[in-house]
Amino acid sequence: MSLSLITLFLLSIMVFLGGQVLPGNVGRAILGPFADQRAVDALNHTLGVDRPLLAQYWGWISNFVQGDMGTSYIFRSPVAPFVIDALGNSMKLAAVAFVLVVPIGILGGVVAALNLNRPLDRIISLGGLSVTVLPEFVTGIILILIFGVWLRWLPIAAAWPKGAGFFTQLYYLILPSLPLFLVLFGYIARMARSGMIEALDSDYTRTAVLKGLPWRTVIWRHVLRNALLPTVTVIATQTGYLIGGLVVIETLFRYQGIGSLIFTAARGKDFPMLEAGILTIGIVYAVATLMADFLYSVLNPRIRLGAEQ
Amino acid sequence: MSAADTPVGMPASSAPDTAQRSPWGEVLHSLARSGTFLTGLFILLFWAICALFGQCFVPYDPLASDIINALAPPAADHWFGTDQLGRDVFSRVIVGSRDILTVAPLATILATIAGTALGLVIGYFRNIVDDVISRVLEAFMAIPVVIIALLAIVALGTSKVTVIVVIGLSFAPIIARTVRSAVLAERELDYVAAAKLRHEGAVHTMFIEILPNVIPPILVETTVRLGYAIFAVATLSFIGFGIQPPSPDWGLSISSNYGMIGGGFWWTVLFDALAIASLVIGVNLVADGVHGAFND
Repeated sequence: MSLSLITLFLLSIMVFLGGQVLPGNVGRAILGPFADQRAVDALNHTLGVDRPLLAQYWGWISNFVQGDMGTSYIFRSPVAPFVIDALGNSMKLAAVAFVLVVPIGILGGVVAALNLNRPLDRIISLGGLSVTVLPEFVTGIILILIFGVWLRWLPIAAAWPKGAGFFTQLYYLILPSLPLFLVLFGYIARMARSGMIEALDSDYTRTAVLKGLPWRTVIWRHVLRNALLPTVTVIATQTGYLIGGLVVIETLFRYQGIGSLIFTAARGKDFPMLEAGILTIGIVYAVATLMADFLYSVLNPRIRLGAEQ
Repeated sequence: MSAADTPVGMPASSAPDTAQRSPWGEVLHSLARSGTFLTGLFILLFWAICALFGQCFVPYDPLASDIINALAPPAADHWFGTDQLGRDVFSRVIVGSRDILTVAPLATILATIAGTALGLVIGYFRNIVDDVISRVLEAFMAIPVVIIALLAIVALGTSKVTVIVVIGLSFAPIIARTVRSAVLAERELDYVAAAKLRHEGAVHTMFIEILPNVIPPILVETTVRLGYAIFAVATLSFIGFGIQPPSPDWGLSISSNYGMIGGGFWWTVLFDALAIASLVIGVNLVADGVHGAFND
């Protein structure tokens, strides 16, 4: 909890340094090298970048908290609507990836653990591990070639016609979500597998088996509930990687999400947009971590009951 | 993620047993018998040779454009076809290993040096130093490397040096964490107490006494990090913030050619993608082998 707040604070300082201090003279950058010095000074004063650093940081962060994310250098209009739109789109993409990967990843890990050291386990563990280490754009390109270019099953750009319904949007989002799926699958399956192995090896599982419970009940009631606890935490920490991957995936599939917003802003040196995009991602990450902590304590009776006492 | 959360009994510090081999010989011996390690090493050596000498044996100049033969599919005279400027894809894939195999290892070395120094300091001094720095590092590690790199590179300008420094510094905390946990175990041992009784300074104790004994976990973590560094450099090049044109770098080539992928020009991106995939998997196999050799 407190850790994600420190992360957020650290990120805000980095964003502030990277976006407002290091690039140097903002007015000069906007007006170009031949502009009059007085015009540059005047613009710097209007933008407030001639104030002391601490005052600038405070002004920026307090405005941000109140929903004023600044004005885009490129679009000359408030940043917030762009960020909110893009965030909504990214959430859709991330949701598709998560809805696919969480059950399938857990299932993969459970199946691997139940077939420990047999060929099926080897395939899931090794396969999961090798796709996890590949950059998203590499798996993305290969998937586009297979499903978009050769088989022509799925559209290669995540740009659906205006006013498309839920299922059309879903259809366009399947291919972009697959590279994210592959990266996350390995992590989640590995955690679920090791959690399962530990739980299967425990005394309470042996007791459950020895007192004659059917194998199915042992797995569902005794093993799974304990095995999946650590997996919940992993899923939450993976949101960070998911977000890093979004920049790449959204660029590759030309999808108007927060990742491509950051990418476009970085390309055009649109610092207010870049700062707002990155800080928003940081907040999303902090919220995800918080929710995972909460979920973990709800699922874990030791923590839940401990808090009640 | 981190391969060496728990430092294991290091061969270097344990007394030589009845076997004739030295502790490091033992590690080399087990590496030489590890199929995983050898496969990875083979892939890595292949690309290293391409990076070093590729320029000498490729059939075409990887930068020479030949507009008339642009976008030619794979055939006898161009094994992997040509790209939109008519450049030979085969030659570009071979020579394209050079920049990534310079930038990623240098970034990893920087991360290892900075991370080791930091890890030794927080592990050795513990208490408040450890508490404060460890919290900050943990918080820092939660931020995706791509985001940090993007921010820093936009602010500082794109160059190979920026990429090396940015990736090196963002990986340093991860190595510092590994070194720290190894040092925490190590500093309770007698030889450290002996060094203290001899009134050796903190710097001497850290770098001369402790450092040689925590080399194994550092080596393991470094090979793992190399895989991630290649991942990061390729990704940054793909989004245009890494290696810059006219380099035949793989990520860069994919980024300039994938726009035409709908036209069916698969050969302009597939071979680069497979090259990155093979290099990343190769490094991870090596890392896996090294991890296994030290943890047997």
